[in-house]
Amino acid sequence: MAAPAVQLDSAVKMAVRGLTVRYGDTPALHDVTMDVPERRVTALIGPSGCGKSTFLRCFNRMNDTIRGTRITGEVTLDDENIYGPDVDPVELRRRVGMVFQRSNPFPKSIFDNVAFGPRIHGLKDPVALREVVERSLQQAALWDEVEDRLDRSALDLSGGQQQRLCIARALAVEPDVILMDEPASALDPIATAKIEELIQELKETYTIVIVTHNMQQAARVSDFTGYFYLGRLIEFGATDRVFTNPTKQETEDYITGRFG
Amino acid sequence: MSSNYRRRHLVERIMFGATGLATGFTVGILIFLLGFLVYQGGSSLSLDFFTHLPTPVGEAGGGMANALVGSAKLLFVAALVGIPVGFLGGVYLAEFGQGTLAFSIRYAADVLNGVPSIVIGVTVYGLVVVPLGHFSTLAGGLALGLIMIPVTLRTTEEFLRLVPTSLREGSLALGAPRWVTIVRVVIPAGLRGVTAGVLLSLARVAGETAPLLFTAFGNRFWSEGWLQPTASLPVMIFTYAVSPYDDWHRQAWAAALVLLVLVLGSNVLARLILNRGQGLRRAS
Repeated sequence: MAAPAVQLDSAVKMAVRGLTVRYGDTPALHDVTMDVPERRVTALIGPSGCGKSTFLRCFNRMNDTIRGTRITGEVTLDDENIYGPDVDPVELRRRVGMVFQRSNPFPKSIFDNVAFGPRIHGLKDPVALREVVERSLQQAALWDEVEDRLDRSALDLSGGQQQRLCIARALAVEPDVILMDEPASALDPIATAKIEELIQELKETYTIVIVTHNMQQAARVSDFTGYFYLGRLIEFGATDRVFTNPTKQETEDYITGRFG
Repeated sequence: MSSNYRRRHLVERIMFGATGLATGFTVGILIFLLGFLVYQGGSSLSLDFFTHLPTPVGEAGGGMANALVGSAKLLFVAALVGIPVGFLGGVYLAEFGQGTLAFSIRYAADVLNGVPSIVIGVTVYGLVVVPLGHFSTLAGGLALGLIMIPVTLRTTEEFLRLVPTSLREGSLALGAPRWVTIVRVVIPAGLRGVTAGVLLSLARVAGETAPLLFTAFGNRFWSEGWLQPTASLPVMIFTYAVSPYDDWHRQAWAAALVLLVLVLGSNVLARLILNRGQGLRRAS
């Protein structure tokens, strides 16, 4: 299948070709084809139930954990089909991390939350672990707030801090790609601003795909935007172009707030 | 309109009174039970009760040390049998339990839970006591353990199910395999509930009498080993209560009091463990 005719300004990190997803008999995504550019922020927008979260969960095969999901088509990471027969989803998820809508820190200490990933992947040396934890928390802009209480429960943190902890936890396994499923939708404006700032810093190193309900947020943080409606990718392109000069009527209707 | 209002008001009063009465009655039973046991058995409670063997009829004093130790040993064997099987089965049901097989296991556990405990006792009598040729602590503990299995299994399942899916997904998304997620995230997060459940099931079998009658039997002296009959609190209460001696009756009351306090204590402990666990969940 041909690559979509969108001008990217960096290499293709992940590519989707003809992706269709069904939950049992319910179709959730229909024939989606798009590219995810490396070290850029790609936003997925659209009304509730349009399939954008389902689409996001295809990038790290989280849909595999839901029974009755049927997926056809192809998703590649660095030109390798992640739905290929010899791809281990566990290995894939090391390279494609995920941050969820509701922050989900484990009921453990702050340190143990961040160290969880490195530990399960075999890192035991306490000095190395400490370094990873500090580096990840610094990348997630949380270090200064928690450095003197790493042994306290992660559940004592505020909502915004918990979400940044989850980002730090994802960074600790050194993924290539980070998927974010409405990471700020449960946060207040100040905490949201911090997350958005963080996304801008992270895109220097990581490829980011973010699902958001908030169109201003998509416009602020992303380089490319895909608009989903009823399980189809209606439009995909550079964020400036999609927001100022959409080519499809549906996109314009949604962006200008005529519905959704 | 105003008569309609009066009627509603009256119905509300009556129903409110009825619910209050029922609640009061329930709490009242427990308080009455405790008070009555203290009144009847309190005077026989002394240090001797916990440290001495029963005395022959007619001789004053004596205690039930052998029954206390016997009950503890029986519960130990029961825990060895009931906790591993019930816990692992509960983990299976909570994490992999879908489809007909899981439905059948759940159904079997619920039926097993409803089997009268005396039936379990008879079964163990036939399977263990008869082949071995004598009553034993092991047989009694096994019977209690079998009773524990369905309770432990279902409570483990229920508390692990309470662990939010988002925690499982968080772990899987970090590249943790399924079994690592279960062992390092799900079980630790649900452990308080599971512990409380196990404690409650232990408290439940601690008072079982019927299955012990023909498995552990009873013993007037210290049990000579795991393969010998042993005394236990519930059976001791039964034997003493149906005896014709006033002195033994008082001892039975005292033993009943001790048993009730132990069961009550484990319930309170389970509640404490659970409450702390809920505090943790609320914060998330």
